[in-house]
Amino acid sequence: MVEKIVARDLKVMVYKKPVLQNINLTVMAQEILAIIGPAHSGKTTFLRSINRLLENQPGFIRSGELLLDNRDVKQWDVDLLRRRVGMIFATPIPLPGTIFDNVAYGPRLKGIRNMHSLAEIVEKSLRAAFLWDEVKDRLFSSALRLSGGQQQRLCIARTLAVEPEVVMMDEPCSGLDPISTAQIEQALQELKANYTFILVTNNVKQAARVSDRTAFFLNGELVEIGPTAQIFTAPKDKRTDDYVSGRIG
Amino acid sequence: MTCRALIIQRLVWFGLALLTFLTLLVLFFIIGYISAKGAPVITPEFLFSLPVRMGKEGGILPTIIVTLYIALLAIVVATPFGVGTAVYLTEYSRESALTRIIRFGADALAGVPSIIFGLFGFILFVIRLKMGWSILAGGLTLAMMVLPTIIRTSEEAIRAIPYQFREVSYSLGGTKSQTVWRVVLPNALPGILTGVILSLGRSVAETAAVIFTAGSTLRLPRTILDPGRTMAVHFYILAREGLSMERAYGTAFLLIIVILLINAFSYLLMFRLTRRLK
Repeated sequence: MVEKIVARDLKVMVYKKPVLQNINLTVMAQEILAIIGPAHSGKTTFLRSINRLLENQPGFIRSGELLLDNRDVKQWDVDLLRRRVGMIFATPIPLPGTIFDNVAYGPRLKGIRNMHSLAEIVEKSLRAAFLWDEVKDRLFSSALRLSGGQQQRLCIARTLAVEPEVVMMDEPCSGLDPISTAQIEQALQELKANYTFILVTNNVKQAARVSDRTAFFLNGELVEIGPTAQIFTAPKDKRTDDYVSGRIG
Repeated sequence: MTCRALIIQRLVWFGLALLTFLTLLVLFFIIGYISAKGAPVITPEFLFSLPVRMGKEGGILPTIIVTLYIALLAIVVATPFGVGTAVYLTEYSRESALTRIIRFGADALAGVPSIIFGLFGFILFVIRLKMGWSILAGGLTLAMMVLPTIIRTSEEAIRAIPYQFREVSYSLGGTKSQTVWRVVLPNALPGILTGVILSLGRSVAETAAVIFTAGSTLRLPRTILDPGRTMAVHFYILAREGLSMERAYGTAFLLIIVILLINAFSYLLMFRLTRRLK
């Protein structure tokens, strides 16, 4: 197994107030790592420090190490970094425009103009996100007319079109019905052979269903990380036990 | 609902309806009056021939051409500056003393009477930069005058775009400029166009700022370095000098038609743009 992302003593401050500290964890290549924890436990901040979206917000200071392929994310060219580490947001955010334009957005940023190559990428990405069959006849209609679940799969396809190695999902199913959620989880299982996933979720059961390992964050700290089965059946920390069994959070 | 509350509600409804009706009445009265007086003057000859005897006879072709030249020149010059400033204010700067100064400047500029712009344009463009009375000097003066409108409407339009759209673009490896070009500007386009169209209307209708800078000759201009008289100035001179009230109304009528057309066209454009985005 290859270490894909490594955090050592990662600490993030917002206006001098720590929101993440003492984070030591490793994400292996081709695994699905779930991050669970109550609101304001720093899960999203962790994702946003990996792809450096945090830098766009004022008042953030990051210290410690955060490595992608053994190189600190700070040293990566930020655009290249974000192409390697894709992100799916909590609410599906299709850009105004057609389904095709949405999926082709990333490839076009890279300078791919040829319609034939773009069409190929769009089809491949939509198939990978299990959306192709539903939208193949209306690629050039507005993405905003899709249902919530379809929109989120569109966002997944849009991220995959950039050919990332790591895909971070920030509560991707929080606004979706159970069937849409199941479709996205199915997509995750199929895709895991080729990608590394970090799945932040509020839904403890979802973490149990789809992930290989689970990390539990609480108040900006990593309480415990381990194989998902162990976290859910024999957690080492009392707080983890309380959270996964629904006594807190 | 009590009887009293019902009566008050009815009264308020009636009051508001009355106010709306009165506003529309004034509008239709003005348009109707000018149409009644001006429409009969409009003939192909009036539109497409040169004025004779200071405009007492003949047509107003040169003023139509000069109006279009000056208004378009103003928009073509002001739009890049205005949109560029708005992009800088919203995307490339944090709130600071500088952005507040720029915004204050734009607001102050918006409050300056147009005759002051005329005088300033006269001193700067006509005299100092030796452009003489010309379409160029008039257009540049109008560009300065409409700049604040374009800046502020563009800024509002850009700010209305959800921050998440930008984050999506960044998260897919987009640079700041790619994000501005591909996400921010296309989505802000309807709002930006509102400001541009508004400015176009104001440029077409402006008198004071152009009479000092573009002059008032009735000759047909050959280049933008030639002086010329816009429709609004023509109307002003015809009416003030008592040359021909009939032709003044004709010009006014045409001016109103042009502005209505600009508005109708912009609504159509906006409708098509927003539909494309939905």
